[in-house]
Amino acid sequence: MQAVTSRQTSPASRILWVAIAIVGAFCLGVVALRRGEPINAIWLVAASIAIFVIGYRYYGKFVEHSVLRLDPTRAPPSVLRNDGLDYVPTDKWVVFGHHFAAIAGAGPLVGPVLAAQMGYLPGTIWILFGVVFAGAVQDFMILGLSLRRDARSLGHMLRQELGPLPGIVAMIGVLVLMMIVLAVLALVVVKALTHSPWGTFTVACTIPIALLMGGYLRWFRPGRILEVSIIGLVLLLASIWFGKIVYDTPALATLFDFDAKALAWLLIAYGFCASVLPVWLLLAPRDYLSTFLKIGTIALLALAIFLSAPMLQMPAVTKFIDGSGPVFSGNLFPFLFITIACGAVSGWHSIIASGTTPKLLANEGQARLVGYGGMLMEAFVAIMALVAAASLHPGVYFAMNSPGAIIGTTVQDAATTISQWGFVVTPDELIQTAKNIGENTILSRAGGAPTLAVGMAQLLHNILPGGGMMAFWYHYAILFEALFILTTVDAGTRVGRFMIQEIAGLIHKPLQETASWTGNLLATAICVFLWGYFLYQGAVDPLGGINTLWPLFGIANQMLAAIALMLATVVVVTLKRERFVWVPGIPALWLIVCTLTAGYEKLVGPISFTAAASKYSAALQQGQLLAPAKSTAAMQQIVTNNYVDMALTGLFMALIVAMVLFSLRALIKAWQTNHPTAHEEPYVALSSVAG
Amino acid sequence: MKATLQALRKWAVQTARLCCGVPDYDVYLQHLREHHPERKLPSYEEFFRERQEARYKGGGGRCC
Repeated sequence: MQAVTSRQTSPASRILWVAIAIVGAFCLGVVALRRGEPINAIWLVAASIAIFVIGYRYYGKFVEHSVLRLDPTRAPPSVLRNDGLDYVPTDKWVVFGHHFAAIAGAGPLVGPVLAAQMGYLPGTIWILFGVVFAGAVQDFMILGLSLRRDARSLGHMLRQELGPLPGIVAMIGVLVLMMIVLAVLALVVVKALTHSPWGTFTVACTIPIALLMGGYLRWFRPGRILEVSIIGLVLLLASIWFGKIVYDTPALATLFDFDAKALAWLLIAYGFCASVLPVWLLLAPRDYLSTFLKIGTIALLALAIFLSAPMLQMPAVTKFIDGSGPVFSGNLFPFLFITIACGAVSGWHSIIASGTTPKLLANEGQARLVGYGGMLMEAFVAIMALVAAASLHPGVYFAMNSPGAIIGTTVQDAATTISQWGFVVTPDELIQTAKNIGENTILSRAGGAPTLAVGMAQLLHNILPGGGMMAFWYHYAILFEALFILTTVDAGTRVGRFMIQEIAGLIHKPLQETASWTGNLLATAICVFLWGYFLYQGAVDPLGGINTLWPLFGIANQMLAAIALMLATVVVVTLKRERFVWVPGIPALWLIVCTLTAGYEKLVGPISFTAAASKYSAALQQGQLLAPAKSTAAMQQIVTNNYVDMALTGLFMALIVAMVLFSLRALIKAWQTNHPTAHEEPYVALSSVAG
Repeated sequence: MKATLQALRKWAVQTARLCCGVPDYDVYLQHLREHHPERKLPSYEEFFRERQEARYKGGGGRCC
């Protein structure tokens, strides 16, 4: 019915869509074809918006009507199982806001910044086409499948459609992925705060502020989230302002001046405490603050880009597409597609699209807005992060994102090396940038957050000039990223702890008790050890950590996306809609090829963990010390770390291959059956239960 | 105009609360009245505490 009515488009709407298509094509033409002169970011933003709305209107609708065949007359889980708490039919815009807040995180902000080393064009094209044909399709299809299955989780659906063993295999993948995510995100914070007294002070202030908010919410004004969040925000802004005093006072500054190793240990200790303490005291208030700050800052970034309309100073394509780039190693294929995960396609979203969201949707007809539309919004955030990075002076960009082992540790060395690459920059420019943002140095602050913060600070400074304001904006941006990364670390450690307690409970029953202190402390310690190991490894890594660990994170995240898309492919066939098998099938295949190629290159060849391990062990045998290691024990540690990364890469590849085989088995079986075999819940008319 | 602003405010508050894992209190009360009249209605404070605990009990729920 819906499909028939939607074909009757009015002439006016047809003209509108043709106009959008022409404007979009023109903007994209400007972005792609103008060479040798810098272009304005607005072209890129306009082209993206045009592609998003066309993708939403046409491809999204096609997936809705032909592939998923969503039916607005069908009762969704929120209506069938309405309990007033978890399952509640909710206004579609409220669900959209909730879904977007849950999927948006640090990922879409970091990946595009790292990928900017290849120029802004490769990243832009992958984000735009990746999201329309892979990312949004994944989120939307998993949401659609979950809506038809009592809002079940991804793991549950995998067990149901593929069998118990594939379900377990995928869940191991999720647990390992989570540990890598926590480690890499914590490393982003470490890189941002290393020898930064101002930043460290403001981030440290979030702990007492959160405790205060927690107490206020518990005893003074229970349940008044918005009120307490405003108080928290005012205190946060005050702490940024006070941070300048700390930075200017040498006696105070030394108290908050830490190196990467010390910060890693502090974060590990903090993560342990935060996930053992009652949630209302620290975790929950931090969560409220970071959620609101996140949405507010994304809006602020959009406003800054539209108002200041910066020129893109980074070339469209740099010579680093050949794989010799300093930020991350590896060719455009497959590493661009691994580096930008969130923003183009992210496996994590499949967990959220089969979590709270399907329990809230009041009608299947609203799933496209939330599932497909929510992911397009995330891609827009990724485009903005790319714009912020590409509008920086390329010399500054490379100084901030290249490891010390490549550009040296002084501004003179860095300026010479980077100028030799063709991005002419003087030592003075690097010193001046550091001074403007209230930092001692900007060299080798990889991880995306500082680069984005400088980009944002410059954009905001353009529209709101004022002496010293750039440093304020820089620290505001750092604080905002650190705040929600640390909230993810707390919450993730807690989730990991429950998973580990569940596994431990199989061996010794009492350990499963979440209220038992022995089980609690033990499982938390194991969980913190798992991500803490990789965090510390990143802090002592010769290439600065992000260079080494971000590809691992990318491989893991895209692996999960491939698994989700394989599930969608299998279901399309079990529903006997084989002619649409390519809709989830091609993106799934693409991600399998990308992850396996990237994994292979990380195991064998010049940029592999194996090569790094043998380089250090060969030097060790000859009694040499290679920087940054200062002792044979540190050398040995680097060798071991690389072996661990190798093993992990191998594990991810084995998981993918196993899931491909399980999916193929299910596909062949479904293809040979001549009737639908998918495990959908029976149809119940909405009109028969509503009201 | 006033009605639009009020609707917008209601939407913003409901979305903000839901983002923090706190669903609509009035909707829950209505549900209890209609389907479980024998149960005691929780105060907003009790409701809030229960939801706060439930949010961090497990499951994914958050992205990178």
